[in-house]
Amino acid sequence: MQQSVEFRGRSREALGNEQIRSNFRQAMDGLMSKRKASFPDQDELRRLRLRAAEIRANALLKLPELLERLEQRCHENGIQVHWAESTAEANAIVLGIMQRHDARLLIKGKSMVSEEMELNHYLEAHGIECLESDLGEYILQLAGEPPSHIVAPAIHKSRQQIAQLFRQKFPDIPYSEDVDTLTRSARTILRRKFNQAPVGLSGVNFAVAETGTICLVENEGNGRMCTTVPPVHIAVTGIEKVVEHLADIPPLLSLLPRSATGQHITTYFNMISSPRKPGERDGPQEVHLVLLDNGRSRIYQDQELIQTLRCIRCGACMNHCPVYARIGGHAYGTTIPGPIGSILEPQKAGLDRLGDLPTASTLCGACAEVCPVKIPIPDLLNRLRFERVRSDGDNLTPGQGSQRHGWEPTVWRAWSWLHAHPLVYRLGTRIASRLRWLQPRRLGNWSRVRSTPRVASRTLHELAAKNGFNDE
Amino acid sequence: MNDARSNILKRLKEAGPGLPETAEQTPVPLARWSPAQRIERFSQRMESVRAEVHIVPDNGWIDLLKELVSEKGIGTLLYSPPTEYGSAIGAAWGTSDGPLRTLTGEIEEWQEQLFSDIDAALTSTHAAIAETGTLVLWPDSAEPRTFSLVPPIHIALLKAERIFDTFADLVAREQWQNGLPTNALLISGPSKSADIEQTLAYGVHGPVELIVLVLTEA
Repeated sequence: MQQSVEFRGRSREALGNEQIRSNFRQAMDGLMSKRKASFPDQDELRRLRLRAAEIRANALLKLPELLERLEQRCHENGIQVHWAESTAEANAIVLGIMQRHDARLLIKGKSMVSEEMELNHYLEAHGIECLESDLGEYILQLAGEPPSHIVAPAIHKSRQQIAQLFRQKFPDIPYSEDVDTLTRSARTILRRKFNQAPVGLSGVNFAVAETGTICLVENEGNGRMCTTVPPVHIAVTGIEKVVEHLADIPPLLSLLPRSATGQHITTYFNMISSPRKPGERDGPQEVHLVLLDNGRSRIYQDQELIQTLRCIRCGACMNHCPVYARIGGHAYGTTIPGPIGSILEPQKAGLDRLGDLPTASTLCGACAEVCPVKIPIPDLLNRLRFERVRSDGDNLTPGQGSQRHGWEPTVWRAWSWLHAHPLVYRLGTRIASRLRWLQPRRLGNWSRVRSTPRVASRTLHELAAKNGFNDE
Repeated sequence: MNDARSNILKRLKEAGPGLPETAEQTPVPLARWSPAQRIERFSQRMESVRAEVHIVPDNGWIDLLKELVSEKGIGTLLYSPPTEYGSAIGAAWGTSDGPLRTLTGEIEEWQEQLFSDIDAALTSTHAAIAETGTLVLWPDSAEPRTFSLVPPIHIALLKAERIFDTFADLVAREQWQNGLPTNALLISGPSKSADIEQTLAYGVHGPVELIVLVLTEA
């Protein structure tokens, strides 16, 4: 409940913050129109989405087998595979690798799984410096804030805010609000670090079981830097990111950047299949792949909720969500915000902690309409709304039934009884319409931001009868 | 962490059989172009992300390269002698090496030099993709991965006949699943970011400029 209260409070705060409202509105409008422009052929889009959904569903269907094959192929290629049930285990694996190399600096490419692990925090507590190298993530690290969007992490910040931040952190660099100048400053600072860092860390966009290949999608080149220059590369991924065939990659790659930012392709698509081989002259000597479960194998056990795991993290659902566009990413208080976060995160952390998130939706359906892998997000939101109040749990989703409070179950039982007994229903509605002057002007929380609905003076049955309809 | 491995796989395997089969494979029609259209599409897409494309007969590219080097004030140009183009480049500036630089041995020996002393690097390419305007690199011992990443300018040589229609077509024709290099790379333009106010800025961590010389048969 603690978290739920926080979510409501944070949303209210975000709604009152004009800077956040306008930064998000502008950014989301831009992303929506860019996505639309990148899919001029509706039939191609329809087919690509079907294909991508099939690829992801197939990968989940064969997940245990594919993970074993991925591990086998990586092993043959010289990539070391590690398994972690929890974020604590994954953090310990990364720390172990760092300590074995006596490494004090970790340079990071963008990775939502490392955010999920709270890796920076953990390593810093063990005396290791973590440096984000994605421009947006770097800005947020300077500001001490978490990302507010999975693709464009610093989307809530304006140019002026970033310029102020740079002035505060780097007083020697001349003040500038120019985007190119700010970018150039970050390049200069981070290049020195790339040149020194003993270990680089990245996420994974797709892991190909057939070939033992880690695929990374990026624009800046920091992902390539992190995976090429330091002598050791650690990739962290959720177990669901695996696909069966290499031939599955082109359709997914065709959808991911277009859905995310409207780009036809990202600047770099980096496919890594092994560490430096004898005779090769650069690239890391060691490549590690950390496979993180953290609740995913539990989500996997529910035949409907498993669809959550199809996600390829494009962010289109948040870009198109009327709730996300207004409250922004921080209000959710989770690693992944927006519609996909509202179904994924409560299943991980528990409906007792994040039970409000599935209600943070108008169920307008925009998210499902744009999802490149056709996750039925509104259905899953509804399913979790049921899970949060159900009394006969199957113990799969943590926090089941935790939002079942007070009079609510009784009221709904009465409601359904009333609707199953026509005579009582008619009598009841007739009485309600006659006594409508007794209705209170305000209905608690409901009317705090809405006008109070009034009971009609005549029931629908009466109006229908009067107009000559006969339902007998 | 063997416990983690067996626990995760056990949970997944227990749940497995309940899932519906998905044998369906929706066909996605792929674009097809003529060789001339491929060059046109490739160039147009590359230029739309601010890459520079020059279409040049394969007996004229050395002169163009020399022009570009002087025009852009490239003081040091990294290249690799043991390649198809190596000897031609090596001879281009006559007896003096001029701007040419080479790096021998492994990265540990030349990383510092690569980061601080090289203005531009020239590499060959494995192939290209017309649909998205993409270079495909398979870096190897002659042309290591960092050559196309660290120097501020990347000059790529591409044979026009190596432009494929789509990524799917390239992967299928060459049967990539039967053997991938250590690192296969798709490059579509110079490094960029839109992390500040959705405004595109070029040259974030990788090359600021990407110059592609498309070599056609003379």
